[in-house]
Amino acid sequence: MLSVVVFLPVVVALALAALPATNSSRRFTVPWVLTGLVQLILVVVLWLGLPTSGYGFVEHVAWIPSAGISYHLGVDGISLPLVAMTIVVFTAAAVYSLREERRPKSYVMLFLALQAASVGVFVALDLILFFLFFDLSIVFMYFVIAGWGLGGRARSAALTFFLYTFLGSLALLLGFILIYLAATPHTFDIPALAAQNPLAAGGPVAGAALLAIGLGLAVKTPLVPFHTWLPPAHTEAPAAGSAVLAGVLLKMGTYGFVRIAMPVLPASWRQFAGVVVVLGVISVVYGALVALAQTDLKRMIAYTSVNHMGYVLLGVGAAGLVAQSDAQARQLATTGAVTQMVSHGLITGALFLLAGALHERGRTYDMGAYGGLAARTPRFAGLFAVAAFASLGLPGFSGFIAEFQIFTGALGATPVATAIAVVGILITAGLFLVALSRMLLGELRYPDAPGTPRPFPDLRARELAATVPLLLLATVIGVVPRFLLDLVEPASRVVNELVAR
Amino acid sequence: MSVLLAALLLVPLVGGVALIVVRPPRGSVLAGLVIAAATVSLAVGAALRHPHGRLSLFDGVGAGFAVDDLSAVMVVLVAVALLAVLAFAAGEPALASGRFVGLMLVFAGAMLATVTATTLPPLLAAWEVMGAVSWALIAHHTGDPAAAGGARSAFLTTRAADLGLYLAAGAVLAGGVPSLSIDALPAVAGGWQDLAVAGIVIAALGKSAQLPFSFWLSGAMHGPSPVSALLHSATMVAAGAYLLLRTTAGLQATGWAGPLVAWIGVGTALLLGLVALAQSDLKQLLAASTSAQIGFMVLAAGVGAFPGGVLQTVAHAATKSLLFLVAGAWLVRVGSRRLDGLRGAARRHPVLGAAFSVGAVTLAGVPPTGLWVSKDAILASAAASGLALYIVGLAAGLVAAGYATKALWFVWRPSPATVDDSTVGRAGMRVQAVVAVALAVAAAVSGLLALGPDVLRPAPEPTVLELLLSGAVAVIGVGVTWRVAGRLPAPAALLSWLHLEQVARAAVVRPTVRLAALLARGDDLFHHRVVLGIGRGAVRSAHAVDRHVERGLDRGVDDLAAGARALGRTARRPQTGQLHQYYAQAAVGFGVLAALAVLLIGVS
Repeated sequence: MLSVVVFLPVVVALALAALPATNSSRRFTVPWVLTGLVQLILVVVLWLGLPTSGYGFVEHVAWIPSAGISYHLGVDGISLPLVAMTIVVFTAAAVYSLREERRPKSYVMLFLALQAASVGVFVALDLILFFLFFDLSIVFMYFVIAGWGLGGRARSAALTFFLYTFLGSLALLLGFILIYLAATPHTFDIPALAAQNPLAAGGPVAGAALLAIGLGLAVKTPLVPFHTWLPPAHTEAPAAGSAVLAGVLLKMGTYGFVRIAMPVLPASWRQFAGVVVVLGVISVVYGALVALAQTDLKRMIAYTSVNHMGYVLLGVGAAGLVAQSDAQARQLATTGAVTQMVSHGLITGALFLLAGALHERGRTYDMGAYGGLAARTPRFAGLFAVAAFASLGLPGFSGFIAEFQIFTGALGATPVATAIAVVGILITAGLFLVALSRMLLGELRYPDAPGTPRPFPDLRARELAATVPLLLLATVIGVVPRFLLDLVEPASRVVNELVAR
Repeated sequence: MSVLLAALLLVPLVGGVALIVVRPPRGSVLAGLVIAAATVSLAVGAALRHPHGRLSLFDGVGAGFAVDDLSAVMVVLVAVALLAVLAFAAGEPALASGRFVGLMLVFAGAMLATVTATTLPPLLAAWEVMGAVSWALIAHHTGDPAAAGGARSAFLTTRAADLGLYLAAGAVLAGGVPSLSIDALPAVAGGWQDLAVAGIVIAALGKSAQLPFSFWLSGAMHGPSPVSALLHSATMVAAGAYLLLRTTAGLQATGWAGPLVAWIGVGTALLLGLVALAQSDLKQLLAASTSAQIGFMVLAAGVGAFPGGVLQTVAHAATKSLLFLVAGAWLVRVGSRRLDGLRGAARRHPVLGAAFSVGAVTLAGVPPTGLWVSKDAILASAAASGLALYIVGLAAGLVAAGYATKALWFVWRPSPATVDDSTVGRAGMRVQAVVAVALAVAAAVSGLLALGPDVLRPAPEPTVLELLLSGAVAVIGVGVTWRVAGRLPAPAALLSWLHLEQVARAAVVRPTVRLAALLARGDDLFHHRVVLGIGRGAVRSAHAVDRHVERGLDRGVDDLAAGARALGRTARRPQTGQLHQYYAQAAVGFGVLAALAVLLIGVS
């Protein structure tokens, strides 16, 4: 079942490969959308059938037994929401790209491959399998940015992205090997390693393993100061690529902390939880402040991603401060962190697609070039305002459910850091309100094409169909979060117990 | 979850969101009125039945809602104010859109959720939604940059204060109250209690535009007048006072919070009263007077005068919604919000003028109106806490009489020689007259509520002497101001709301923006110099390796090959194919061998 969910896009991509490469994009994009919808149906089945404890829908086949590597898939309450979010974001990107005109065949095939790799990361229960999917996602994203980038520096930004994150993944591999060597019998199997806890005593090897893994994941997340690949990659990437990059690929980093670093290296996690908290808070405040200074819409959203991922680190770091807080507080912090991953994927995906729609009309991301759009394009203005308010953590949207739990759970363990991090939601409020005032309010203003006024229509059905479901889901989670939290809470309790042992 | 309670919260919220999303071209106003009327009946039902309910929200934390005595008063107040304001706004075609009516409904719905929440998460959620909706409502005229600025300032200032509530929630949990129940504040342990109470106090002061947060109310005046009427009466600013009244037990438990809150409240009542007195713009005057009047409610919470605070909330809501609605109506008809430009407005529009006058007299605290009673109920408790509080409170009452009279004096001046009032539709005028008169009656007689249920019955009751004293102060204030209203001084500090906004900009906003710009530049530099520099360094060292090591090796290999070739060429030379030369070579060879043999034998 899980293999079907993971590899369905690959099968579809191979089938599409047989078609001749024409410019009629629908022939390729429609199957992509349908693939996502089928995957979503399968995810609903998984959701309904997930066992209340442990991993569900496990597939375990020996792969390279001599090296302790197996093809091991499974989902729990932490990975399934991320799988669902991944497919939703990809499907939204597919709907948005329905009329992609530039080499639609390779575009769709590349995205389908990326989709398979992304889902694969979240269901892999073997470190090497995880690493494989993790790296493949980097490779495919490189081609998306380099091949379909909008700006003149797309290739250079893509190369920076690739080298930077690839370097990070090498550190990750090094950490995996250290854990492998410490385990007896040697294995890369995540549940087995979590049960065995090979580095329970802590010490320098465990610290080195956490450092290597942490470095690899910090680059992908990205945490300050390893974030600088993110803004150029986003600025140059096509809208659908940005939505997937921010919505899905960043989560691979934070997911790695919850799935691998916390359960497999609990002793070191507890030892260095304070460092994690500090890194998280720095990302929160730094990301928000630098975003505040941006005039380019996409760069601004990119930096808010740094800010939002900082909250996740604050949450998982506070969950490691076992001595300072009770089980309920740690439970809130971890659950909030997982909720934040899902929430950020949906909201930032929508923001980037809306930014893409704006670029299609005005050919620039410079916020100063636009003004008074509320009067001209009310649908765009309304949706952008909703997405902005969702992103700044307004109650009623998923971000609040996440951030409230993180703050409330973390305050007892680390009051000063949390008090500093809370300021982040004020700065994001400020930067989004400034952006809204600039672009939506005041006198009508948008860039003219050379010589003639540009048509500047409101959002079309395709763009609405891509963004409205994302924001609707963020609202549903914000208003009735139990359906999600019922799934996340048991799984995060397991993680917390593994950390605290 | 009780159906009645769920309906009370969901009817305005869902109805409002539906209107915002659907934006029907016609009928929004009617739909809004129907929803508001339904909300009023639900609120009355809830006030009588006292329903409560609880939903599971987070791990071990529920979203609790309940209507108790305090909430009962608040829900009815909010619902009635909503209905009155929407009915009045129906006369203005510019505000007939689904977006406007829907936002007003959501605004009021959020306030209903705020006043019925029993745990911190739903309180904070509704509280913040209210702030965000206030942004959208103040910026309703999207083309007006001043409105955009005012809306931004309102949301950011109140959200800055809201951070206190986020911290309070964490502190309550850390202090050993896993349910995050608001009533459990006195049970929170140790220093966490101080943090929790401090957070709640800051959030409440921000929302209620108390010192030092008052300035955002000034910017909020750029919004449509019906928005101000709702925002200043029963929602938003009232929310802060409500929260402090709700948590009086927590305030008392800390020891320091009660006196602090009381002094901030009475200080705001006095200073913002002076600010109101200096204004030359009717809406600004009313806005500053809101801060000042809410100051009395905050004082009430600080000194534990719970019923007096509730009474003040009710009386002030009726008064202030009335005054703002009439000010808005005049803005449409007369085209001015400047006091100078409103000369004679009350004479030319007698019904609105009479209602406005009743409102202003109530605001002045003249006996026997509602605010006279409520203010005395609060001052009686203040006197019990300390004479200084009482005296400053009386002074604030005197100033209140002053600013109310100033507004009154201007609108009753003779009209200017040429008047160019625009006309308004007849139906709208009638509705507006009915609403204004109803609110005026409510404002005037709301003092009678003090004889009503316990939640409104002052304890300790003000003495006759206190009542007479404050009544006399109000009457004297009115009399004196009436004589000097035209030539009151307006110092810059008071005109600009104590420079609070400039201070906030200089101390918080500008340094933050500058730091952000600095960090952004540093971030760019770091990326271009360090990150890309490492990449460039790698490429450069690759070139260096290529040039020096690689080419050297290459040359070595080449040289080796050339040497081998040269040797080969040399080796080919003897192979001439001519026998006599081969014999000669062989002879030389044998000669060499023979010489070698001789040499070897000689050596051995």
